Amino acid sequence: MCGTCGCAAGPVLTLLTPGERSHHDHDHEHHDHEHHDHDAPAAGRTVVLQQKVLAKNDEIAVANRRWLADRGILAVNLMSSPGSGKTTLLERTARELAGELPVAVIEGDQETALDAERIQAAGSRVVQINTGTGCHLDAAMVAHALRDLEPPPRSIVVIENVGNLVCPALFDLGEAARVVLASVTEGADKPRKYPHMFRHADLVLLNKTDLLPYVEFDPQRYADELRQVSPGALLLELSATTGDGVLPWYDWLRAGALAHA
Amino acid sequence: MHELAITESLVAAVAERLPDQRISCVRLEIGALSGVVADSVRFCFDLVTEGTSLEGARLEIDEPAAVCHCRVCGTDFEPDWPIVLCPCGSADATVVAGQDLRITSVQVA
Repeated sequence: MCGTCGCAAGPVLTLLTPGERSHHDHDHEHHDHEHHDHDAPAAGRTVVLQQKVLAKNDEIAVANRRWLADRGILAVNLMSSPGSGKTTLLERTARELAGELPVAVIEGDQETALDAERIQAAGSRVVQINTGTGCHLDAAMVAHALRDLEPPPRSIVVIENVGNLVCPALFDLGEAARVVLASVTEGADKPRKYPHMFRHADLVLLNKTDLLPYVEFDPQRYADELRQVSPGALLLELSATTGDGVLPWYDWLRAGALAHA
Repeated sequence: MHELAITESLVAAVAERLPDQRISCVRLEIGALSGVVADSVRFCFDLVTEGTSLEGARLEIDEPAAVCHCRVCGTDFEPDWPIVLCPCGSADATVVAGQDLRITSVQVA
């Protein structure tokens, strides 16, 4: 079992470029751990480590951040529960920003390349990471995916994390910003129920507003709940299906891309 | 269940710091706001350490409470998680303790 990514068989990476057939890769370079020489402590001795458990992940995340900064690329870690519309939003975003700002995508799912195929059809470069049993992406997986993806300088990379409001919150991937996508079909109480996910969000997108007439969802209550857990997070409402409200999201991406270029 | 990956990371980190050493005890700090469930780490620990230098090691977990610092009135307070609100009414506060997920020490067998 992989000690870094927590998967049973290791993640599988698939690169899809617009109009091309896919390339499979199972890069496990991150399994080569460096070993340092230490004086062997005597039996029964207590060795003080004071080491973060995720130190290795955090080191790789720092390297990813540097790699992205060197190329002037804005990286966004997009997280949500399954089915809240991440891929639909990215399809629309890729299409509507095409020609202005290249958007490449790293897709995280336990199985299948279905989402990557949708992003490819929308005209973007995409790498699919299949985590197998893994419930989140980690910095090592993203490091390999970035090398395969080869995003152009001064572009945007969106990392679509595995649909899960719990585990991805703990793993720094090297992103510049964390975006949580919520939808009106999920209920207004989610920020308080999943505070670790929402507390570090820079932006929260409330999706599927076109369904508001059909569901019991109070957007004001949602905004209040979010403020309590994450007072600094920006909240935008939109519908990835109809396109209503997507312009402020694009403006947010443009501003971020400009700040990182 | 990210605790499985977390537990694997801790075993890998100890093995890297102390190669070829058998470990009899691991002490962890899992803060109340770390996002990790101590009981789940305990559950995973025996499974993950099997066949490693940590097999059979005792696991001791310290779970410090959350402490926040109010930027308005300057006092430290324990938040009513997940809502970080100072008794003075300000939500402008930073978490100063209880977020860590750390291997504090190990005992060599």
